[in-house]
Amino acid sequence: MMPITIHHFLAVAAILFTIGVFGIFLNRKNIIVILMSIELILLSVNINFVAFGAQLGDLTGQIFTIFVLTVAAAEAAIGLAILVVYFRNRNTIAVDDINMMKG
Amino acid sequence: MMIPSILFYLFATVLVLSSIMVIASRNPVHSVLFLILSFFNAAGLFLLLGAEFAAFILVIVYVGAVAVLFLFVVMMLDIDFEQLRKGVWKSLPVGILVGLVLVSQMVMTAINWQSLPSAGANILSPVATNIAKTNTQMIGQILYTDYVYPFQVAGLILLVAMIGAIVLTLRERGGVLRQDINKQITRKRSDVLVIKKVEKGAGI
Repeated sequence: MMPITIHHFLAVAAILFTIGVFGIFLNRKNIIVILMSIELILLSVNINFVAFGAQLGDLTGQIFTIFVLTVAAAEAAIGLAILVVYFRNRNTIAVDDINMMKG
Repeated sequence: MMIPSILFYLFATVLVLSSIMVIASRNPVHSVLFLILSFFNAAGLFLLLGAEFAAFILVIVYVGAVAVLFLFVVMMLDIDFEQLRKGVWKSLPVGILVGLVLVSQMVMTAINWQSLPSAGANILSPVATNIAKTNTQMIGQILYTDYVYPFQVAGLILLVAMIGAIVLTLRERGGVLRQDINKQITRKRSDVLVIKKVEKGAGI
C-alpha cells in the first residue's frame, strides 16, 4: 500500500466537490438538498485548505478553515430562514416557483 | 505506517459514499443523517492531517449546529418531497457525463500537483514542530494576533446572520392572547364600566 500523500487528500476533495455540484444539478427543485450540497462543496474546500496547510507546514490553512466554517454556518442559517419564510408564503419549496419578484 | 493508510481509506470511502447518499436519498431526513456521517468522516481526515482543532470545530459546528438546523427545518415544514423529484431522471445522463469529466480533470490535476522548491519562502505562520505546543495553542496564538481583524469580521458575519434569521422568521400571529402590562396599569374605571339607570320592568 502506498503511503498517504497530499495527492490522496486532494483527490478526495475533488470527488467531494463534484458530488456537491452534481447534487445541485440532480436536486435542482429541492432547495434543502441544494443547501446540503453547498455544505459538501465547502467541506471539500476545507479539506483542500487543511491538506495544503499540512503539506507546506503552514497554519494559515487551518485558520482559513475556521473562517470558511463560519461563513458556511451563517449561510445555512440565512438560507434556511429564507426557506421557512418562503414556505409560509407559498406552501411549497420548489425553486422553479421563485419568480414572484420578477414583476 | 500501515494504520494511517488504512484509516485514510476507511474515512475517504465512507465520506464519498455518504456524500453520494446525501444527494441521492429520497427522504431528506436520511440526507441530513448521511450529511452528519460525512462530516464525522471529514473530521477523521482532518485528524489524520494533524489539524485537531479544525476537526473538533467541524464536529461541533457542523454536526452540533448546522445539521441539527437542517433536521429541524426538514421536520418542521410539511413538504411534498416526491413532487420535487419529478423530472430528475430526464437529464441524468448528461449530468453524469459532465460530472465524470469534471471529477477526472480535477483528480488528474490534484495527483500531479507539485509544490515549488521556493514555496517554503511564502509560509506565513509555520507549524512549530520543535516546541511542545498543541495544535489549538498554535492556532490561538496566531488567530488572535495576526488574524484578529478577520476574526472580528467573522464575528460580525455571525451577528448579521443571527439578526437576519430572527428578522426573517419573526412574525406577528393573530389571535394570540398576550399580557400588555402598560395597558393593564393605565386602565381607568371609566373606560370599562358603564352604569346605566334601568327603568323598573323595562330592561336595558
